[in-house]
This record gives sequence, C-alpha cells and structure tokens, in this order.
Amino acid sequence: MDFTYSDEQQSLQDSVKRFCEREYSFEKRQALLKTEDGFDRANWATFAELGWLGAAVAEDAGGFGGGPIENAIILEQLARGLSVAPFLSSAVIATQAIAQLASGAQREALLTPLIGGERIAALAHGETAQHAFAPDIETKAAASGGGYRLTGRKTFVLGGQAADLFLVSATTGGGGVSLFAVPAEAKGLERVNYHAVDGRRVSDITLKDVEVPADALIGDEGEAQDAIDYALDYGVIGLCAEAVGAMDAALWITRDYLKTRKQFGVSLNTFQALQHRMADMLVETELARSMLYRGIAALSLDNKRARARGVSAAKAQIGEAGFFVGGQAVQLHGGIGVTEEYIVGHYFKRLALVRGLYGSSDQHLTRFAESAEGQNEEELSPI
Amino acid sequence: MDFVIGADDLAFRRDMRAWIGATLPSEIATRGRRGFHATRSDVESWTRRLNAKGWAAPAWPEAHGGTNWTPLQRYLFQLELRAAAAPVQDQSAMELVGPVIYTFGDEVQKRVHLPRILNADTFWCQGFSEPNAGSDLASLRTRAVLDGDHYVVNGQKTWTSDAQRADMMFALVRTDAEARPQAGISFLLIDMKSPGVRVRPIYSIDEGHSVNEVFFDDVRVPTENIVGEPNKGWSYAKFLLTNERAMSAETAHTRADLLQLKGFAGEKACEPLFCAKLSKLEVDLMALEFAVLRVLHAEGGAQDAVASVLKLRGAELRQRVAELGVEALGNVGLAVNPDPTGHDATDHPAARPPGPDHAVGWLARSMFRRATTIYGGSNEIQRNIIAKAVLSL
Repeated sequence: MDFTYSDEQQSLQDSVKRFCEREYSFEKRQALLKTEDGFDRANWATFAELGWLGAAVAEDAGGFGGGPIENAIILEQLARGLSVAPFLSSAVIATQAIAQLASGAQREALLTPLIGGERIAALAHGETAQHAFAPDIETKAAASGGGYRLTGRKTFVLGGQAADLFLVSATTGGGGVSLFAVPAEAKGLERVNYHAVDGRRVSDITLKDVEVPADALIGDEGEAQDAIDYALDYGVIGLCAEAVGAMDAALWITRDYLKTRKQFGVSLNTFQALQHRMADMLVETELARSMLYRGIAALSLDNKRARARGVSAAKAQIGEAGFFVGGQAVQLHGGIGVTEEYIVGHYFKRLALVRGLYGSSDQHLTRFAESAEGQNEEELSPI
Repeated sequence: MDFVIGADDLAFRRDMRAWIGATLPSEIATRGRRGFHATRSDVESWTRRLNAKGWAAPAWPEAHGGTNWTPLQRYLFQLELRAAAAPVQDQSAMELVGPVIYTFGDEVQKRVHLPRILNADTFWCQGFSEPNAGSDLASLRTRAVLDGDHYVVNGQKTWTSDAQRADMMFALVRTDAEARPQAGISFLLIDMKSPGVRVRPIYSIDEGHSVNEVFFDDVRVPTENIVGEPNKGWSYAKFLLTNERAMSAETAHTRADLLQLKGFAGEKACEPLFCAKLSKLEVDLMALEFAVLRVLHAEGGAQDAVASVLKLRGAELRQRVAELGVEALGNVGLAVNPDPTGHDATDHPAARPPGPDHAVGWLARSMFRRATTIYGGSNEIQRNIIAKAVLSL
C-alpha cells in the first residue's frame, strides 16, 4: 500500500488544478452555464491534448495507461472548479464501457475519437426515475435486415446534450442485455435536454424504430451487462472523487468565511458551537477521502461481488458525508449560502447530485448488504 | 498510490491467523470473546507467547524488540488478534509508556523497563487525570517535591485504568508550582508498591472494575525515575496522547465485534431497518479503517489533528457496534450477564440469567463504552483540537 501520489500523479493533479484556476473562475463558469452547451468545447480540446480523456485507458487501446486513481485526481479537481464538462459521462463511463466490451477494430473506431476529443459519448442506460442504477431494460433491439432496430426510452442520460454518440442498452432476442453505438443524429432518435441540480446537462432520449447496422453492436450480443455494471461502478467512484473535491472546497471556503464574518461584535470563528460544526465537517471530509481510496481499491477487484460491495460502500458513505458537509457549509454561511450568486451553494448542489445519482445511499447500502450473502468475508473485504 | 492488498499481505494474514489459532488456548479465547477486561494471568500468558516470537510490540523499532512489519501487516495482525479474541495486551505499557521510554528515556530506563514490558513482567497504568484535571490536564495538582535524591509525591489521580493490577505508574506531576500551567510538569515513573500509594476501585456502569482512584501520601520516588528533563513532561505527554488517539480508533476491535454480531444476529439481520443500521455501521467502519491505514502509512506518524479524527469517530463506532449487539439480543440484551470468571464484577448477588452464551458481555460492553467518547480526551476536546490545529479557527 502506498498513500502518496507518484510524480506523474502529482503533476497530473497540479496540471488539472492550474487549468481549473485559470479557466473556471466562478463568474466565467456561471456565464458558461447559460450557453447552449453549458461548457467550453475549446477546453475539451485541451483536455484531449493534455491526455486527460484517455488517462484511465490502457496504452494498447490508445490511452495513457492509468486507472481509477488518475480519474479520481482529475475529477476531484474538476469538481473544485465546479466544471460541468461531460468528463465523467464521456471520458469515464462511456469510455470504460467501450474499453470493456469492444475489441480490435471496433475499439479503435470507437475509442480513438473519444480519447482524441473529436467525439463525445454518453451511456444511455437508465429508464425510470427510481431505478436508474440497476434498471430492468425494456428498450428492445430487434434484428432487422442484417442490423438492428431499437425501440425504447432512456432517462437522465448524463452528458446527453453534448453527446455525438449514445451507448444504448437494449435487450436482444436471446434475453441478455446488449450495448449499441447509436449516433445522436440517427433517424428516429429524439432528445430532450435539461439540466441537473448542479448545472450538468442531461437528456431523455426516445428511440422509435432506430435502424443501426450490425457493427453498431459493441461486443457480443446479450453479453453487455457486466461491462455496463463495471463502467457504472467506475463512474460511481468518479462521482465519489467529485464529492471529495467539492467537500474539501466547501469546507475551507466556510472556514475562511467564519474568520471574517462578524456578529455580536466578534468574528464567527470564536463561537465553539460553530467550531465543533466545522470539526465535524472536517471529520467527514477526511473519512470520505479515505473511503474514496478504499472504493478505488475495490474497483480493481476481480471478484464481482466484492467490487460491487466496495463501490457501493463508498457511494453510500461519501454520498451522505458530502451532503452533510455541503449542507453545513450553506448553514454556516447564513443567508448568503442559499443565493445563486455565491459559490458555496453550488458546491452543495454538486454534493446533492452526487448523493442521488447512480443509486441513492439506501440503494447502495442494500446492494452492499446483498452482495455479502453467502460470500466469504475475506474475499469480499480483503481488509 | 496503490490501495490494493497484495497476495503477500493476504498470505501474511493467513499465516498469522493460523499461528494465533494454534497458539491461543481456547479457554483464554472463550474469556476474550465475552468482552470483559482480560485477567492479568491471561494477558501474561498470551504476551509471553507473543514475545517468544518477537511479536509482542510489532510497532516498536526493531532495536527495542519490535518487528519491521509494514503498517498494513501490523494492522492485519491486529485484525487477526481481535478476531481470535486474544487478550488485549497491556496497552498502557505497550502503546503509551513504552514508546515514551524508548524515545525520551535514558539508557538505564530503556534497559530496565522495555524488556519487562515486552514480556509482561511489569504491568503499567497511566496517572494523568485528576479530580479537577480530566480533559484539562494542565491544571493537575499532584505535586512532586525534590528531597535529596528523591521526589516526594502528594496528591490524587483518578480514572486510572488497571491501577489495581499495575506494578508501575507513569504519572504527570507538578514539579514547579511557579511556572505557567504546562511548564512545571514532569513525567515520573512510580512503583505502585511504594509506601504511601493507595488504590481505591471505582465500579463503572457495566458493573465492572477497571478504573480506580489512586492516592499518594508522601510517596518517595527516586530521581532517576524521571523521564527526560524535569518540567518538560508536558511535551512527552503530548507525544503519548497523540499515540493514544491514533490507537484509540480501535477499528480492529470494532471489526471483531461486528463479526461476532453478524454471527449471532440471525433473522434479526434480515429485518430491513436493522440491516440498514448494520450496513451503515460497517460502511463507516470501512472508511475509518482506511483512514487508520493512511495515518499508519504517513511518514512521521499521526499528526495531532488527524489522530483526533480517528479517536472521535472510532469512539462513536465502538459505541454503535455495542448498542447494535444489545439490540440484536432483544430482551436478553437488557439482562445483566455477569462475567462468569467473577474477576471483574461488583459484589451484586447477580445470577447468570438463562440465555445463549453469546449474550454474555454485550450489555456490559455497551455500558462501558459510554466511556469511549469521554476517555483519552472527550470527543468535544477532539473537536476543539481539530478546530484549532487544522482549521485555525
């Protein structure tokens, strides 16, 4: 075990941090949110140039050979900058789903443009508001003239607005779940864009008899479920990293505020009740960071149930910790904390998204408990 | 960064498990599983077996009899010890005064005391708290006045864990009444058999006896028993308290309790709300375990404030697991199950109620653990430390 960044990881962190400080001033970010895309495509090209879009992809697939740690480093800093660029949805979740499923020419064709920043992809998997995390898939792909015809509806597709390519899950004849690469402009695909609590763009898409060629199927027919689960687990750990970045930022902004804001003739930091509140926020932030590391460790376990258990533990713990820290940060700011013009409320919104997205804390606690049934303790939890 | 447990470490853990399983006498393990304070003879017998292997104090430097295990290996060893219900060693000696002696003590002190600690020949207790100096240690009043080659000690300590079985006490005593509160304190090693030392038991709400009041009436302590320099005791105490807080996360212990609890919870564990509490506790424990590993891996050991994070949350989790255990037992969890060995109990005429053997100890545990958020610096004090030392509030 080693809890220190390697030189490469340190310089990755420094570079993302510098980028965010330069490009994501709060005012600039607020202005960007009002544009059609909500993020700056020139920045996206920079992400590609700096190698971030392929940071967690194996070198033989055209990436830079990192893994969840590199993703976490990037996402933590992007969350500090309150970025809403579709990094998590495209560079993490969609990229990992393809890397898991596709091989050879298909991997080259699909991954290279994502890593190069020429294309943005989004996983279109969830179908209802309640079970976006582990849905029953009703979208169907029927064989049609050498290809497939897709019909169904997908909800809360993260990063959907900017996506050129949707990775759509659908059941096929044999009953299993398959994943299809569907261009956003495909005939019969309708997209409704909106934004989530933290300003991120999401979409609902409807597929009405969308015809795709045979090679739109990624990997083998009916065999996509494990890869989708893996990609979502990867995304969940990425969300956890975002939460840690947002918590840490909210904590220190609040600390500074307490030291400057005066009430009753003294600065707020002199009140013990508030000091203790802040101490509790620090405890939660420290433990969330520790849990992020544990979640990263779990993500690389071969045992699928052990991986699910560790990832869900991290999501349940960090989701709640983040909501607590964000909520307290708002509370300690008083009225200014609930205004749109002040930054701390936006960290709270990010933390609210993290808590709810890809499974609530309760759903993850349930998955955590269920993954243990009939399993050997040591295999599930090596530590 | 690398957070994955390697095959070598898993093999180490299995080896340790096998060795403990083959070495720990089953009657000692049975007593340990009940969760009461271990008897002195159990601690002696077990510590000597560990010492024969060189494993009595894995965290100590090798030069003083420790191992060169990695922090992870030390933690895995702890997990296995606690899971096997091995007696908890003399923590005051191993984890508190031992490190102070090898860090700040003179050569004679090292030569005399360290081997005896490793072999459980000498049991220790910590004489810090006083009736009016609990968390506010700087206000302690026990005096030590120089008289030739002795200090003459007068005063009172309280909440002294295991004083009833200790051979030696490491105490904070005031050696300069004129200096500012923290500056006039020395760190003194006191033989508990010295004339003028009196120990009075305090029974706690678990009906057990582990803490005491200790009175000093003109107790003569040789000057060579002072550790480091006179009047510098505060800095040694701070070093020790940081160790104590890092250690007091007690995650290996909480995990052992959790395993035991899962073992008997049966159908209760399937009740949705109970299952949710159990799962939440385990998830919180996982986060804390990794925080402990982060601290253990950090160069230079725990910083004050991070140690406070561990202490604070660790103490809460120890309470939560004990309370869940009691809850899982239903009415049986409300009955007083005295320690069958009798060594620890008050003189209640309490009979052992009918009920499963695994019920013994859980109620006492849940009562005694109300102390975990009080001792070693209360959780409120830990919040003060965090607010001041990390957040500069």
